[in-house]
Amino acid sequence: MKHRNLALASMAGMALLASTALMAAEPVKVGFVYVSPVGDAGWTFQHDLGRKQMEAAMKGAVTTKFIENVPEGADAERIIRQLAQDGNQIIFTTSFGYMNQTEKVSKAFPNATFFHATGYKTGKNFGIYNARFYEGRYLNGVIAGKMTKTNVAGYVAAFPIPEVMQGINAFTRGMKSVNPKAEVRVIWVNSWFDPGKEREAAMTLISQGADMITHHTDSTAVVQAAEEKHKEKGTWSFSYHSDMTKYGPTTQLSGTTHIWGDFYTKVVKQVLDKKWTGTNLWGGLKDGMIKLAPINPAVPADVKKAVEKLEGEIRAGKFHPFAGPVVDQDGKERVAKGKDMTDAEMGAMNYYVQGVASTLPKK
Amino acid sequence: MELSFISSILFATVVAGTPLIIVALGELVTEKSGVLNLGAEGIMSVGAVAAFATAHHTGSPLLGILAGMGAGMLMSLLFGISALTLMANQVASGLALSIFGVGLSAFIGKPYESIALASVTPIRIPLLNKIPLLGPSLFEQQGLVYFSWVLIAAVAWFLYRSRSGLVLRAVGESPVAAHSIGYGVVRIRYQAVLFGGAMAGIGGAFLSVFYTPMWVEGMVAGRGWIALSLVVFATWRPMRVMIGAYLFGGCMITQMFVQGSGARISIPAQFLSSLPYVATILVLVLISRNRSTIRINSPASLGQPFLPDA
Repeated sequence: MKHRNLALASMAGMALLASTALMAAEPVKVGFVYVSPVGDAGWTFQHDLGRKQMEAAMKGAVTTKFIENVPEGADAERIIRQLAQDGNQIIFTTSFGYMNQTEKVSKAFPNATFFHATGYKTGKNFGIYNARFYEGRYLNGVIAGKMTKTNVAGYVAAFPIPEVMQGINAFTRGMKSVNPKAEVRVIWVNSWFDPGKEREAAMTLISQGADMITHHTDSTAVVQAAEEKHKEKGTWSFSYHSDMTKYGPTTQLSGTTHIWGDFYTKVVKQVLDKKWTGTNLWGGLKDGMIKLAPINPAVPADVKKAVEKLEGEIRAGKFHPFAGPVVDQDGKERVAKGKDMTDAEMGAMNYYVQGVASTLPKK
Repeated sequence: MELSFISSILFATVVAGTPLIIVALGELVTEKSGVLNLGAEGIMSVGAVAAFATAHHTGSPLLGILAGMGAGMLMSLLFGISALTLMANQVASGLALSIFGVGLSAFIGKPYESIALASVTPIRIPLLNKIPLLGPSLFEQQGLVYFSWVLIAAVAWFLYRSRSGLVLRAVGESPVAAHSIGYGVVRIRYQAVLFGGAMAGIGGAFLSVFYTPMWVEGMVAGRGWIALSLVVFATWRPMRVMIGAYLFGGCMITQMFVQGSGARISIPAQFLSSLPYVATILVLVLISRNRSTIRINSPASLGQPFLPDA
């Protein structure tokens, strides 16, 4: 299919004697900018899986290149500019802090197309994309609520930005929806990546009674910690970014994983076919941008079924994890009954919902 | 707060402080000989990956520690050649070693990123672990924790009670004087640098084999730099290094316990995570604020290259 489309596109190009014919004959260069090393799990690893999937799907039509460990800020601009100068026609920048730099370079190279993950600025040749991670979190929370014995879940989190808040709150709402006695405790480690700290935070939560553990940090340390404490404390975990079954073979109940490959393939094709008209996508389960990690056999069949049903409802747009009433920790109603939270409201989320036991650190 | 909480806070504090103690004591001995090796972060990284790979292939954590130590010594040998034999600037050589080590460890470690090691069962010290409160937190630890305690005593004894320690300090105070009465300044400095490298390697091994039994690029996460600054703030005294390391670990763990308790205390998270740094520096500065102690303890020739023929 994909090959035929490409062939058609190149034929059309040749007929018009346009330069697209040359482009289709010679693989188009696609560049990726990563904020951390690819590693074996985590945010960047998932983007790299997406890159590989896209390259395989567009075999022969594109060659890809990535630059890892690029600090956010001024350095990023140099790297993005370099990629554009080297003839990369499509450039993906995969961290929030590249937003302004990507925008700037996109203006200097009007013939290339730029995509930026998790930002909010767009342009003529500059699209943005992000995923509704909170949908997966809600479903994880439902499993946690059913499986917990202590009614306490522990959450190791990096920084109190809206994306992380959405995850914590969605998880809490999922858990509370099936277990009114449940509470979620949060430890902020103030770092995206510090395996030692992440592990200590997980161990702290476990020793304080949490038997469901999850994280919004980048390493596998939290899942490993739960695996280690399983015999003694009956701990289970939910992974984030990647499926971490390898690190928690018996104790990872599920997780929220990021899937970028389908999206990359789709937009790269659009650009090559000259059909791209701009991207501003916040995709979720429906768009295949996130997926639940495999559900552990330890989860009873009826729970699994209920989660799958709920997943179907989210996909179909019948259920929203932040469907009103949404009440925050202090009892203030944030979304009224009968309404769903809007994307703008989610994008500005800076409070805990009811059910989170910890207090949000002040700014 | 329940007793078991205090016990687990204590336990985690000791674990978090251990790599800092080991690395900082190695650096302390190095600096006492007048050599400033800023490469700890890089040496720890290489030590961590070497230890992890060895422990993975042989299945023996002990061999892992030895490999970490060996790798650390090799790395510090590089530093020695550059800073002691070729007399390059010590600060620059050390910084280069840090950057090189972090990069090299990432390169060597690529194939090991997807592997998890089995966690090592702690060593229980009979009788002592029955002491209420302290027993389970202090005497059911990994072997390297006990090693760090022995190391404190050994380094303190060596520096202040042994003849060779006196010589080492003399080299650090006045290499010219030590040289003129017949001590091999460069040889002694090499030994001190190698010891520092060995300890930094073991500290790295502790992280990758015992603390978080895995290898990922960047897992040392600044602990080498913390160990370096501990030495300075502890005014080159072994006991103070220990106080500083445990204080640092203790603050980090306690703030996590406060957060995880679900207690309604509203303190900025940024403040909580800077607390270990602030508290450690503050306390160490207070106990070492006497100027003459700083002057007495700080090695006078620190960072200066020594030319034997001069």
